[in-house]
Amino acid sequence: MTGLYESQRAMRHMRRAAMQRGVVAVLDVGTTKIACLILRFDGPERLREVDGVGPMAGQSSFRVIGAATTRSRGVRFGEISVMNETERAIRTAVQAAQKMANVRVDHVIACFSGAEPRSYGLAGEWDLQDSVVTEQDVARVLAACDVPDLGPGREVLHAQPVNFALDHRTGLGDPRGQIGNRLACDMHLLSVDGSVVQNLLYCIKRCDLELAGIASSAYVSGISSLVEDEQELGAACIDMGGGSTGISIFMKKHMIYADSVRMGGDHVTSDISKGLQIPLAVAEKIKTKHGGIHATSMDDREMIEIGGESGDWEKDRRQISRTELIGIMRPRVEEILEEARARLDAAGFDHLPSQQIVLTGGGSQIPGLDGLAARILGQQVRLGRPLRVQGLPQAATGAAFASAVGLCLFAAHPQDEWWDFEIPSERYPARSLKRAFKWFKDNW
Amino acid sequence: MQSLRPEPRVYERQGRRDPAPTRWQYRMQRLWLTPYFRVLARVGLPVFLISAAVGLYAGDEGRRAALVGSFTELKEKFQNRPEFMVKLVSVDGASSELAEAIRSRLGIKLPLSSFDIDLAAVQARVEELDAVARAELRVRSGGVLQVQITERMPVVLWRVGDRLEMLDEAGHRVAGLAARTDRPDLPLIAGEGADLATGEALELFAAAQPILPRVRGLVRMGERRWDLILDRNQRILLPETDAVAAMERLIALDRAEDLLARDVLSVDLRNDKRPTLRLAPFALNEHRKAMGIDVSGSEL
Repeated sequence: MTGLYESQRAMRHMRRAAMQRGVVAVLDVGTTKIACLILRFDGPERLREVDGVGPMAGQSSFRVIGAATTRSRGVRFGEISVMNETERAIRTAVQAAQKMANVRVDHVIACFSGAEPRSYGLAGEWDLQDSVVTEQDVARVLAACDVPDLGPGREVLHAQPVNFALDHRTGLGDPRGQIGNRLACDMHLLSVDGSVVQNLLYCIKRCDLELAGIASSAYVSGISSLVEDEQELGAACIDMGGGSTGISIFMKKHMIYADSVRMGGDHVTSDISKGLQIPLAVAEKIKTKHGGIHATSMDDREMIEIGGESGDWEKDRRQISRTELIGIMRPRVEEILEEARARLDAAGFDHLPSQQIVLTGGGSQIPGLDGLAARILGQQVRLGRPLRVQGLPQAATGAAFASAVGLCLFAAHPQDEWWDFEIPSERYPARSLKRAFKWFKDNW
Repeated sequence: MQSLRPEPRVYERQGRRDPAPTRWQYRMQRLWLTPYFRVLARVGLPVFLISAAVGLYAGDEGRRAALVGSFTELKEKFQNRPEFMVKLVSVDGASSELAEAIRSRLGIKLPLSSFDIDLAAVQARVEELDAVARAELRVRSGGVLQVQITERMPVVLWRVGDRLEMLDEAGHRVAGLAARTDRPDLPLIAGEGADLATGEALELFAAAQPILPRVRGLVRMGERRWDLILDRNQRILLPETDAVAAMERLIALDRAEDLLARDVLSVDLRNDKRPTLRLAPFALNEHRKAMGIDVSGSEL
C-alpha cells in the first residue's frame, strides 16, 4: 500500500505540473465509449456572470478546448480486457481531441468504472500533545486509522477524510488551530482490484501520456450530477454505464460509499441481440432508437423492421413490434435497478436523512426509466445531467458524459485525500537523509 | 391494420472502418503539435536546407569563379551599352595650348564607358596643372565629357636664378617663360620667397604707378621685405611693415623734391622717421665742395 501511496503522491505532483502548464486531458475509459476532453486552465477564476455559470464547483477556472469520443474496444465491465485494442481506442480519442484543441497534452487524468470497488469506513483517534491541533496532529490521526485487510491484489483508489471530531464536537471540516484534547477522524477508503489499475496505467503509458490522477467513475459522476444541496444533505448517484452501473452515496459533500453493479446497457443490447437473433450493432441501434420501458397499446402497432443479411427472404423481412422490444429490455433494466437497490440497502442508504437518488449515465436515457426507477428505488428519483462547463460541445453535454464532466471538476478541484496531507514526522524514513548524503559523497 | 408511420427503415450492419491511428501516426501528430518542433520545422529546416544548398554549390572554387565571372560579364555588358559610352572630350575656357595639355593629361582612352571614368580622379589630375585654377567635369548626354576650365591669369613675373616664372595673384605658378621680352607688360619680382608675398608686391606696383616707367622690379630681401629697383641701379629699401605707405611717402617726396632724378644710389625708407639717402661719389664730392668742405683727402 505504501507503493500506491507514493504513486498517488507522484500523481498529485504531476497534476500540479500539468496545472502549471495549463493543459490537461481527462480520459473516461468506459465500456461503450472512450471520451477525452482537453482542459485549459486560465489561472485564477475569471467568472462571467452573463454566462450563467456559477462558481460553486470551480468549473469556471477551466475551459474545455478539445473533446472527442470514440467507440470503446477491448473493455468489458469497465475493465480493460484486451490491452492493445484499448490502447488504440485511447489513442484515437486523444488524437482527435488534440486535433480539435490544436495543442499537445502530456498529462491525463483517467477514470474507470469497473474493478469491483469496495468501500470501507475507517476511524482513528489521537491524543493531542498540546491542546492546539496542528498539521502534524492531522497527519497522525490519519495515520492512526486502522486499515482493514483489503484482500490480495487490491489497492486503495480513494482515501478521503470525511469527518473530524474534536472531543465531543463532530462534523468539523478543518480542525487545524482548534483547541481540544482528543482528535478523531473518519475516513472513507475505496479499494479496487490492483491489476485493473495496472492495466490502465500501462495503456496510458503506451500512448506516451503521463497519468496525473486516477478516479472511480462512480465518484466523479456523482460530483457532476448531484447538485450542491444534494451532496450536502445526502444523495445517491447511480451511473448507468455500458458495462457496469456505478453507485455512489454522498453526504456533507463527501463520498461515503461507492459500489458498482457489473451490469449495464451492454447487457440490454446483448439480450436484444440474442432474443431477436440480430447482430449486436443492429441491436444497439434498435435499442437507442426504439427502446423503452413502458409498453402502451400504441407500441403494439409500431412495427420495427429488424432485417438481417442472411439472403433468406423470410428472415430478412422480419418485423417486431415495439412492445416485444420493451418486453426484452424491461426485465434486464429491472434487474439492474434491483441490484442497485440491494447495494444501497446494504450500505444503509435508508438510514440517511435524505433519500434522493439521481440516475445518470448513458443508460438513464431509456424513455420511461424514471417511472420504473421510482417503483424500485423510491419516490425521490430524478434523472440527472452533468453540470455545465465552459466550452463543452453540445454533443457532450448529455447524461452519458456525466463521468467525463465530473472528471473535469475532479481535475480542477480534487478533494483532499489521505496522500495530500503531511506525512507524520516520525514516519519519515530515517535512511533517506543518509542516502542523500551518500549520493552527494558518491557523485561529487 | 394500416401502420400510421411511414415505412420503417431496415437496420443493416454497416462495415465501419476502424479509425484508430497507428502508433506512428499518433506520435507524429503529437510531435507536430509540439511548439518547438513546429518552429524548428517551419523556420529552421528551410533555413538549413537553403544554406546547405548554397554552401554545397559555392563550396567548389570553379563554380564560384564562374558565378562571379558571369556576374561581371553581365555588369560590363550593361556598362558598355552605347548610351553610356563617352566618345568625345570637350575642353572649354582654356587656351589652345592649355587645352592640348589638358587633353593629354586626362589619360582617358576613348571611347570609354562613363561607369569606368573616375571623375574625381580625373579632376584632381587636371587641377594638378599649374595653369588650371579650377576644373569642372561632367558627362553630358550624347557621350561627351565636358571639362570646364578656369585658367590661372599671370599677373607677375618671378625671376628664380636664371629661370622666369609667371605667377598669379596668389603667387601660384602659372607657367615658365623663355624671355622677359615675351611678356613686357608684367612687372617683375625676384628674390627667394618672393612668390609668397605676391599680393604685397602687386600693391607696391600699384602704389609706384607714377614712377612705373623707371621701375625695373622688386627684390625680396631675406624673405621679409622688399627693395624697389629703378633704372640707373637706384635702390629703394622698403620697410617690413607698411611698405605701401612708405612707397607713397617716397612718391610724394619725389614729386616735391624730384628726388629720384638726382644722383642718388639708394633711398633707405626702413626707418619711417628718417629716410636716408646715399649719394653717388661724384655727387657727394660736389655737395661737399658746395658746402665748402675740403674733399681732397677723401676717398669718396
